[in-house]
Formats: sequence, C-alpha cells, structure tokens
Amino acid sequence: MSVRDSLARSLHGRLDDVQGDAGYGDPAEHPPRMGFFTDTSVCIGCKACEVACKEWNEVPDDGYALSGMSYDNTQALGASTWRHVAFVEKPLHPTTTDLGLPGMGPPGWDTHESGLPRAAPAGADQATESGGANDDAGVRWLMSSDVCKHCTHAGCLDVCPTGSLFRTEFGTVVVQPDICNGCGYCVSACPYGVIDLRKEDGRAFKCTLCYDRLKEGQTPACAQACPTESIQFGEVDELRERADQRLAELHEKGVDVARLYGRDPEDGVGGDGAFFLLLDEPEVYGLPPDPVVPTRDIADMWKHVGAAALTLVGLGVASFVSSAGRRR
Amino acid sequence: MRGEQSMVPEADVQPFESYYGKQIIKTPTWKTPDVPLYLFLGGLAGSSALLAEGAALSGNTTLERFTRLVAAGGAGAGTVCLVHDLGRPERFLNMLRVLKITSPLSVGSFILAPFSALSSAAAASQVTGRLPVLGRLAGVGTALFGPPLVTYTAALISNTAVPAWHTARRELPFVFAGSGAAAAGGLAMLALPVRAGTPAHRMALAGAALEVGAVATMEHRLGMVAEPYQQGGSGRLMRIARGCTVAAAALTVVGRRSRLLRAVAGASYVAGSVVTRFGIFEAGLASARDPKYTVVPQRERLRARQEARAEPA
Repeated sequence: MSVRDSLARSLHGRLDDVQGDAGYGDPAEHPPRMGFFTDTSVCIGCKACEVACKEWNEVPDDGYALSGMSYDNTQALGASTWRHVAFVEKPLHPTTTDLGLPGMGPPGWDTHESGLPRAAPAGADQATESGGANDDAGVRWLMSSDVCKHCTHAGCLDVCPTGSLFRTEFGTVVVQPDICNGCGYCVSACPYGVIDLRKEDGRAFKCTLCYDRLKEGQTPACAQACPTESIQFGEVDELRERADQRLAELHEKGVDVARLYGRDPEDGVGGDGAFFLLLDEPEVYGLPPDPVVPTRDIADMWKHVGAAALTLVGLGVASFVSSAGRRR
Repeated sequence: MRGEQSMVPEADVQPFESYYGKQIIKTPTWKTPDVPLYLFLGGLAGSSALLAEGAALSGNTTLERFTRLVAAGGAGAGTVCLVHDLGRPERFLNMLRVLKITSPLSVGSFILAPFSALSSAAAASQVTGRLPVLGRLAGVGTALFGPPLVTYTAALISNTAVPAWHTARRELPFVFAGSGAAAAGGLAMLALPVRAGTPAHRMALAGAALEVGAVATMEHRLGMVAEPYQQGGSGRLMRIARGCTVAAAALTVVGRRSRLLRAVAGASYVAGSVVTRFGIFEAGLASARDPKYTVVPQRERLRARQEARAEPA
C-alpha cells in the first residue's frame, strides 16, 4: 500500500463499498460484503459458538479460571477468545418492595435511568427470568455472543504499521500472523476491546470471520454451530434487512427494549460487518454505547502535531537569539 | 486481566452501567518502562538536535558537541526501547514495509529511522572530526527530523480508543514539545558550564512554561476524563512531574550564575520530563481499565446528539 492509497481511503462516515475503498475495484469485481447478524433475543447461552470457533481455528485455551461472577467464565474477547458469550444477570427489581406479581406478564414498567421502560422481555423466545415472585433475587438473564465487529472503518487496520492487518475481498478484517511483529497498536486502537496480543506468542490475534471457510463458500464455524440461529451469517446488506424485520417484529410483540447495535452505516465506525440485536443498553453487555474509530480525528491530530513541532522550532530559535530575546 | 476483577465495583457518583464492572476497551499492551521511556528519549533526542543546530550556527562548539551526542544516544536508546517492546522483536524491520498516514507508528518509524541515522552520522563526524561537511549536512537533517520526532509521539498515543489519550489529542503534542525542550535544555545545563549552556537554559525555561501550561489546558478541557491525570498513581506522577518542572524553572531564574544551582535545576527539568511521560502513560492505562471513562462520555455524546435532533422539531 502506498501513501497515496492511504490518503485516498475514506476515514469515517458512510461507505457503501468497503472492498472497493480498499482497492478491490468495482462491486462487480469482488464478492459481496459478508458478516454476522447476532440476534441475542434467541441466544440460549450454550457456547457452541465459542467451542466451534476454537476447534476450527485451533485457538489455544484461554485459561480455566472460574470467574465467580456468572456462568460466564470466558469473560471477554481476546487473542485466544474470538467468540464470547456474555451472561447478564440483572436484578429485575433493584428495590424489591412492592412486588407481588410474577414478572412475566405485561412488561414491568419501572423506569430505567435512560428513561426507557425496563420491560421484562416478553417475547416468547425469551425466558429471561428466574426466581419466585416474592424472591428478591429474581433476575433477568440476557445472553449474547460477542465477536469482532469487522468495522467499516477499522481502528486496528488503520493503525497497523506493518500491513499485517488487511481488508479481505469479503470486506472483513484479518491479521496475517506471518507479518505481525506484535507492536500492539491495534490493541489500543480498537474501540470495542476485541483484538489482543497472545502473550506466549507475542503476536495479535482475533476473529477472521473464518476467512478460510469463506473462500470455500462455507459458513463460519460459529454460525454453523449455533443451534438457535442467533448467529446468522450472510451478505451484510441482506442481514441488515433481516435485522430490521426482526426488530419490527419484536417491537410489535411489545419488546420495546429491543434495539439494533452496529447496524447503522452512519455511526462512528461506519457500521459493523458483525452487528447485533440487543435487549438492553450496549454497555450492559460490555459494549461501548457510541464507539468511534480513533482515526476519524487523524487529520486533527497531525495538525496539532505539526503546530507543536513548529512551536518547538520557534522556541529553539528564540533560545539562541541574544538575551534581549529571552523568554519570560 | 482475566479473573482480576470479578466483583462489581461500588456504585460511582456518575451512574453508568457496565458488564460486571469489567473494562470495555483493552488495556494497552505497551510495556513500562519501554514505551514511556521511549516517549521521553524521543523528546530529548529531537529537542537536542535543535539545540545542536543552533549551537553550530552560533559557534558554540561545547554545546554542539554535547547535544549531538545526546541526540544520537537518545535516538539509539529509544530505538532499543521500541524494539524491546515488540512481541516479535526480530521482526522490527516490518515497520518499514509500508507507510500509512493513518498510523502514527508507521509515520514515526519513517521519522525515527532517518533521525537515528543522521544523528549518528553527525555525532560521529563531530567526535572524530572527519568529513566535516557531510557531518554538518547530517546535522541539518537531524534538526529537520527532530521536532516531528518530539511531537509525533503525541499522535501515537492519541490515535487510540484510550479515553485519556484520545480526548487529549490537541494538547498532548504541545505537552510533549514543552517536555522535550525542558529535557534537552535541562540535560545540557546539568553537564555544561554556565556560559556554554545559556541557550539550553533558555530553552528549558520556555519548554517548562509550555509544558505546564499545556497540561493545565488539557486537564481543564478534558472534564471527567482528566481524572486519571489528577487522581491515583498516575495523578501522583503528574503532580511530581509538575513539582520538578516548576522547581527547576524557579531555580533557573534564581540561580542564574551558580554552576551548582544550574546543575540541580537541569537535573530537575530532566526528572520532570521523564515523570511527565510516565504519568501520561499511566493515566492512559488507568482510563482504559475503568469502564466509566469509556461509557460516560459516549453516553453524554449520544444524549447531546439526541437533544440536537429533538430541538428543531
């Protein structure tokens, strides 16, 4: 890649042909953009995706520690965790004073800080409550299989100084382990906290959206293994339509808390190649509520770097001008 | 990180939600002391190159000789730090495979590499007295690459998702410029006689003023994201750094003619510069570890956007 190429790239905002922007030519010359739509409203937390990913990609173990916080012993995405199933156990009613009703009826209307009603998700797909009516330990369970978002404007890819991270013909973002020198810049640049260095290895690793399987026309391992079709794989355009339909369906059923995350091509990363339907605020699942690719501000940064360098030159010159020019 | 934080932390003043209190972005994997030390050494070397060129032009051979050595030594030691920080150090040359303006580390590699080569050539020529014309040209080149070497490192850490660094992207270059000038001037004050070191003392004083001013502006503008610069271990480092720098500046003004006071002031400038880099580095790590600094500003941004959308209607 030359400097001119990187100058010609769009840095943020809507971008309808990611591959074209990365040099793959017209849309007719490359395959459509592929991605995931993870519908968390039907996730049952079986972790088949985690296992299938590890098996197929030969990802080493990520420790056998029990977290003690929930059924989630995986805890976070990382160099050796490319799918991570989050288990959110939220007390249904933080102040358990006036409850007498089982929570599964019409949405409970105690209000959330955000002003959104905290509806007990009422969809038939969603068994999210446990604990008796008089049990103040009643919790709502949310499960969600997290993954690399394969951003339209990927921070990791922008900052990689070796060219190890690249955009594939499918519009996904992949690390080439034979080039990565383990500088770790991608780790700091990811607004989602996805990519990480594998300590014992020294290099960076993350989800490849099963690049090898895609090239053979196959479905990525996690989506293939998902028993409830919570993880759906396909062309991003089509997945977006499917997600919109699903959202409308849930809203019709009264599940007002359902919202799409990462679907909007106008958001801070230009939309995600892997996006989600969530039943609560993103941060409840450990996702940033309004992620922005750091490179959006690169021009601003270089401008200030330049101005500061010139200031330093001025300061140097002033230091040599006779004592009349002494500052302060 | 794994298993480190299994308890939900106590509710904070600003209400925000998180996944069991776990951080959202990853903590930068850059190592201490490698990276903060590199930030310092780059600043020291780049600013020393400026001093060296000024000294050469004004015929101050003592200052020129010393600062040329510092520029070359600082660049060499800084490069060692950077390479040591890599997960695969033997692949450090991969940094020069591509040049990407979206990656300050890539651009920086193309600043550091010529700076190292030119500063070594200039220093070698200065010490041996050989090839004086080429040495002189190398010195000019070093001075050209010096200031960008000092300030690009601000973009290096700002172009990340780390809240305390990314939000401070406008002030950090000026903090680094001031801090680099203070270090280069301070080291020359420490090593050289009063007369030869006069330009160095001016540079250090001006650099200190710039650094302290830029840090204050930054902390003011950052709002809650400034907390890591003010609280905890990183906050303590920032206070120590400011103390060193201000004390050094005061000593510079008071002890203008005393060789001893000059040396003490010089050492204090250098200490202030080193500690500033460690403080800024640690503040970034602290802001990455606490989901508050990721969630609260983003929530605020969303709310402001929603309000802006609602208003015209």
